[in-house]
Amino acid sequence: MKISKSKRIEEAVFKVLMWVAMGIVFAFVFSVIWTIFSRGVKAMSWDMITKLPGGGFYIGKEGGFLNAIVGSLYIVGASTLIGLLVSIPVVFYLNVYRKKGSRLAYVARLAFDVLFGMPSIVYGAFGFTIMVYFGLRASLLGGIIVITLLIIPIFIRSMDEASRNFPRDILDASYALGATRWETLRVVVRQIAPGIATATLLSIGRAIGDAASVMFTAGYTDSIPTSLSQPAATLPLAVFFQLSSPIPEVQDRAYAAALVLTIIVLILSIGGRFITNRFSKNKL
Amino acid sequence: MVKNRIVKDRLAQGVMFSLTIVAILFVVVMAIGLYLKSSPVLEGRSLFSLLTSSVWKPMKGEFGFLPFIVGTLWVTFLAILISFPISFLTAIYLTEYARPVVRKFVFPALDILAALPSVIYGVWGMLVIVPWISNHVAPHFMEFSSGYTVLAAGIVLGVMVIPLLVSLFIEVFTSVPAELREASLALGATRWQTTKKVVLRKTLAGVLAAVVLAISRAMGETIAVLMVCGCVIGIPTNILESCYPIPALIANNYGEMLSMPLYESALMFAALILFAVVLIFNLLSRIILYRIESREE
Repeated sequence: MKISKSKRIEEAVFKVLMWVAMGIVFAFVFSVIWTIFSRGVKAMSWDMITKLPGGGFYIGKEGGFLNAIVGSLYIVGASTLIGLLVSIPVVFYLNVYRKKGSRLAYVARLAFDVLFGMPSIVYGAFGFTIMVYFGLRASLLGGIIVITLLIIPIFIRSMDEASRNFPRDILDASYALGATRWETLRVVVRQIAPGIATATLLSIGRAIGDAASVMFTAGYTDSIPTSLSQPAATLPLAVFFQLSSPIPEVQDRAYAAALVLTIIVLILSIGGRFITNRFSKNKL
Repeated sequence: MVKNRIVKDRLAQGVMFSLTIVAILFVVVMAIGLYLKSSPVLEGRSLFSLLTSSVWKPMKGEFGFLPFIVGTLWVTFLAILISFPISFLTAIYLTEYARPVVRKFVFPALDILAALPSVIYGVWGMLVIVPWISNHVAPHFMEFSSGYTVLAAGIVLGVMVIPLLVSLFIEVFTSVPAELREASLALGATRWQTTKKVVLRKTLAGVLAAVVLAISRAMGETIAVLMVCGCVIGIPTNILESCYPIPALIANNYGEMLSMPLYESALMFAALILFAVVLIFNLLSRIILYRIESREE
């Protein structure tokens, strides 16, 4: 009887601890979001997101950070596109062309997992040396290259996960009808389309928020770049640089930029979850 | 017609194969590139002295990485200390106890934590954690602290690592077959006893692998840490002092380094250290996690 009582107590204690742990997680989420919103909304105005930095921007005069928004969109848009073009074939190759338990697929997955875990500052440092080697300066192109390298492993990993769950019988059915593997890809694409969509949203979220890698490769500028060789501002760096200013008005802009960045990332994250949920409902 | 289709298939295979190989080789290229770039600073200095000297005078050509390494270790250790119990208990609840309704609320919350960019955590750290340490924690122990401390960096990093740890733990715990749990429950064990004696025993290696992955993630975090760590060169003796982890060192000094080749090389060496540690940690833990995954199938 005594033993059974102590085990009940232990059970109860750990259950409470688990509730506390989850409470802490929610508290952190709430605290971060609330901090960014309450501080950001105060600093937000229409000018912030529709105007370029004016003459006295960095001493607290007029202007906004449209340059950073557009710069981020350029970099993220281009690198997402290139990233998709590179990673979709790789995922197909690993899942359709290679048999289950293939040695190459194992090594490839390991390599992408390692790349996925690489800190973005290492990408930044490496990307920068490559750029110097080719005589490039901090530019839109440099930012696109590094962000592309950064998100390819994210793309591949999350799409790979989606395609691993899809029923292999469909492949066999397609082969049995006389289709080549290349033609079977059409069937596969349709099956894992939601997975690709989720992966894309995830990658965009990572790409738009990464500061360490674009710090030296994309640079920073007050104007919107008109060619690939010009430097480009990005949202996370707009937050970072403006926050290090001692002037309160400039810091306010950092909070406004942080709010914009957070809203974008939240939309992407919720969108990704939404697609995953719908997908799992329709699963065979 | 048939031939054409087969040619197309072969061609696609060739292209995809080369793309895959190139992507794999990227790891190697990165290692070589970083090594070549950091070789000047390795010339004439032993690896040992670079890693254990605490004299950092780039102008005089003296590069001792010890303060940065110790700073990184402090911050990482603290981050894991904070995030481990929270993530561990959350993951156990979600896999062993929670009804689907609970998961529907917790997963999106974790999604949000995972999605928020580093710089946002940095802003949060500066607005919430740093003042809290400066006003409420530090006064109990010392006269004055700006709040930009090891502790602040550890807390911010800890929160950032939670979603990664939880998702890894969940992956590991769900690899345990339900029959084992049912057998244990049928014998009269409570849920917690089952978790402790069946699930955890089966997944100890996986839990360790997850923690190692989280460590390597925490080590490389740059911007958030840079914003709250204080960036004072020196070996911190307690968690209420400033520190200067390796990623912050690289990020802060990148701009000016071009004028001094040796300085640039030293920073590349710092990146190489990070690369090597992350590479080894990731390889080890991923291989363990793959084993667990394949056992499940």
